[in-house]
Amino acid sequence: MRFKDYYQVMGVARDASQEDIKRAYRKLARKYHPDVSKEKDAEEKFKELQEAHEVLKDPEKRAAYDQLGANWRQGQDFRPPPDWGKGFEYSRGGGEAPGEFSDFFSELFGERSPFGRSTRGGGRAGRGFSAAGQDHVARVEIDLEDAFRGGTRTIELRSPEMTADGHVVVKPRTLRVSIPAGVTDGQQIRLAGQGSPGIGGGPSGDLFLEVSIRPHRLFKAEGRDVTLTLPVAPWEAALGENVSVPTLGGSVDMKLPAGARAGQKLRLRGRGLPGNPPGDQYVLLKIVLPPDGPRARQLFEQMKREVPFDPRADLGQ
Amino acid sequence: MSNIDRIVEGQMLDESAWLELGEFCAYLRVERHWVSQLVEAGVLEPRGAAPEAWSFPASALVRARATARLVNDLGVNLAGAAVILDLIDERDRLERRLAEIERLLDR
Repeated sequence: MRFKDYYQVMGVARDASQEDIKRAYRKLARKYHPDVSKEKDAEEKFKELQEAHEVLKDPEKRAAYDQLGANWRQGQDFRPPPDWGKGFEYSRGGGEAPGEFSDFFSELFGERSPFGRSTRGGGRAGRGFSAAGQDHVARVEIDLEDAFRGGTRTIELRSPEMTADGHVVVKPRTLRVSIPAGVTDGQQIRLAGQGSPGIGGGPSGDLFLEVSIRPHRLFKAEGRDVTLTLPVAPWEAALGENVSVPTLGGSVDMKLPAGARAGQKLRLRGRGLPGNPPGDQYVLLKIVLPPDGPRARQLFEQMKREVPFDPRADLGQ
Repeated sequence: MSNIDRIVEGQMLDESAWLELGEFCAYLRVERHWVSQLVEAGVLEPRGAAPEAWSFPASALVRARATARLVNDLGVNLAGAAVILDLIDERDRLERRLAEIERLLDR
């Protein structure tokens, strides 16, 4: 397993006060909190931070961690010392979310470590005790095409499970999930009974999938509606034209009205994501000039001479 | 594992899915009291006047969970979480708008 340098993760010195650690946690939590942050890998960084904080905020765990010595480097290959945890008296229980943390954490501070055993293990799994399994929330990223057509996704989950002797182990689990057509960004799918198994005959928890749709090269989705920016030539905008427009279901013909403006939005009813009612596709017009060349130049010069037009007449100069 | 061979079908929680207070609490595994506090703080806006008549859109589940995370992880109170969530919504809306405008200008 890899060593975790919790001081480095939190950006504090090894002799930082508990107050410093609290401040560093608050500051970094604001920066990396997955609900707030736009940073890349925010979720992963936040988990690392929580793990580091879980150890360093607790004077007993911190003291045990410090005993490993100051020479370990982040990511270095690590084996826990055989006498790990000896000589400490533990008053508090394991982590808040051990299933989410690294092997390093579960080995040293998790449910199977001396820290976990001191308070858990005993009464919890005893006779007559039962509890519902935990619910899980997982995020799945899908392409807009998948949202349009529907399909299946394989997702990997890590869920804590209670063993017969009362220990909690983290088990990887693979699930194939059907993604219904018409699912939108941020929408949830509830998979009843697919959370953690219950304890002592309690019911299993549920799994909630939060769908997020990856940005698409052409289409921008908002709810079931999608928007496409369509480049048109100045004469197409001026004269009107039938143009071919890509949609999620394939190209369709659209009538461009004469005198169309840049930034104008046209609607293709029912061409967004399927549903009841289905979404629409909006086509946002963008006027592009032809590449520079002698013939284009000649024609523009002719327009300049022959078309009386002052685009800045309204500026009042 | 046998799970891999089997395709699991779920319940779509889209905008047509409205949950009563009891159901909403059961999905989140929280006490009614906590949900009432969220309504009081303006984090959630259910349909219906009194708790027994409340119903919540499924999207409120995401908001309620985010609130719990913000309160636990950042140490803010419910009113603070409500402000954060509103600002995040506003930021996301502006980002979408900005992306739309950039698309018009760049291509």
